[in-house]
Amino acid sequence: MKAITKQKTLAEIEKMLEKNSKVFLVGCGTCATMCRTGGKDEVLGMAGKLAVLGKTVTGSVVLPTVCDALDQQAVAENTKAIEEADCILVMACAYGVQTLALYTDKPVYPALDTLFMGQEMSPGIFSEVCVQCGECVLAWTGGICPLAGCPKGLLNGPCGGSKNGKCEVSAVKDCAWELIYDRLRKQGRLENLKKRRPPRDFGASVKPGTCLVDDENGEQT
Amino acid sequence: MNFREKLAAGKFVVTCEVGPPKGVDVSDMRRSAERVRGKVDAVNVTDQQSSVMRLGSLAGCILLKQWGMEPVLQMTCRDRNRIALQSDLLSAYALGIENVLCLTGDYVTLGDHPQAKPVFDLDSVSLIQTARELENGHDLAGKELKGSPRFFIGACVTPEADHLEPQIIKMERKVEAGAQFFQTQAVYDAERFADFMSMVRHIKVPVLAGVVVLRSAAMARYMNEKAAGIHVPQRLIDEMDKAPDKAAKGVEIAVRTIAEVKGVCQGVHIMTIGMEKRTSDIIDAAGL
Repeated sequence: MKAITKQKTLAEIEKMLEKNSKVFLVGCGTCATMCRTGGKDEVLGMAGKLAVLGKTVTGSVVLPTVCDALDQQAVAENTKAIEEADCILVMACAYGVQTLALYTDKPVYPALDTLFMGQEMSPGIFSEVCVQCGECVLAWTGGICPLAGCPKGLLNGPCGGSKNGKCEVSAVKDCAWELIYDRLRKQGRLENLKKRRPPRDFGASVKPGTCLVDDENGEQT
Repeated sequence: MNFREKLAAGKFVVTCEVGPPKGVDVSDMRRSAERVRGKVDAVNVTDQQSSVMRLGSLAGCILLKQWGMEPVLQMTCRDRNRIALQSDLLSAYALGIENVLCLTGDYVTLGDHPQAKPVFDLDSVSLIQTARELENGHDLAGKELKGSPRFFIGACVTPEADHLEPQIIKMERKVEAGAQFFQTQAVYDAERFADFMSMVRHIKVPVLAGVVVLRSAAMARYMNEKAAGIHVPQRLIDEMDKAPDKAAKGVEIAVRTIAEVKGVCQGVHIMTIGMEKRTSDIIDAAGL
């Protein structure tokens, strides 16, 4: 699963940086590279755009993954350029931004909007696959998530809104329940659709999610 | 006899719907309702139809009651979580409203507040179940109620859906959950509707065929292309095309459709979408 991102507009980035003239840039070699939003090319591109806006880029780095503790080392290795900068513009998902913010006192700004957790279904096409609901239903839905795939997150079958297999929300989006129906029919498991499903337990995904894994006795709380 | 009693007695019922205004001037809504007074057995009040913000369906139902007509409260899951939906069900009953049509609701982005947070805490099936739980004297959390309501619970089904099997499975679930009557999406092909009705013969719950009055051939073509679960046969489109008086032809087709489906279902739900005069013309011409 990857964090799917899109770049904020330059106008929005300019507004974030209005009080800062010197910027250090951080890109990410994993999800943001895959999304073409924060890899080497995009970091270079951003440096050029910031120069046009009259900003000074004091330095830049593309880390393998911005969302891990190696950020600390990266910050140490780039101390001089970061010290020179007024702020750090992070071209990674929100998790990367928050991780980096743990290791520096400089203001950290997101250059990207994090859209969803998804996967690349075919080159350049990303789909949301999981909404972290906390009570996985994939066992009876043929391995297709209706919470991520159906805008209404319906658990009891299709609404009346699909047309030619497409969703009422978008004529290019497949109806998740049509996909589920097709797969279960092929698997001879349509009886799964005949059972009424209770409403989701939103108590299972109260924000912020926290989880403690106890290594000694293998328990999670 | 009220709506529930008429269906129980085997009367062929007629319902229609009115949309509350965007604003507080209810005079048009009242005029629409007056046009069908004495001609329909109940009037649905739509719930923020097509996700467009308006005066609420509960308030609309109370107004209808004040005007001496029997309302059907449409409730969707789009805008309220289970706490608000349960509360509104209790409020409706306390205000004398028993007929409730439980719908999932159109998605938010289809309407005029596309930035709004979509709720969909419940869905049509679990909303029906919720009404039933309240009738049984407790809420969804299992807490006991002081005085329990008694509803006549309706639901929707789409006989012209691309795939009928999941529709019928869902219809069965709705009945298990507590649905006591169905209104359908628009029906234009009586033969196909009769086939559908024979496929759901095992579901012993009255079905009201949906009738949406055609205004023009263009409207029919548009619905065929864009509207989910609606199929207008080409011969009807041709009829509309050739007709010099489109309004009269639309009424004529609706009357004919009603005559054709009358033998296989328990009533009709007529949707004229802002042209309630035609609802009354149809009812008169259909001899209902």
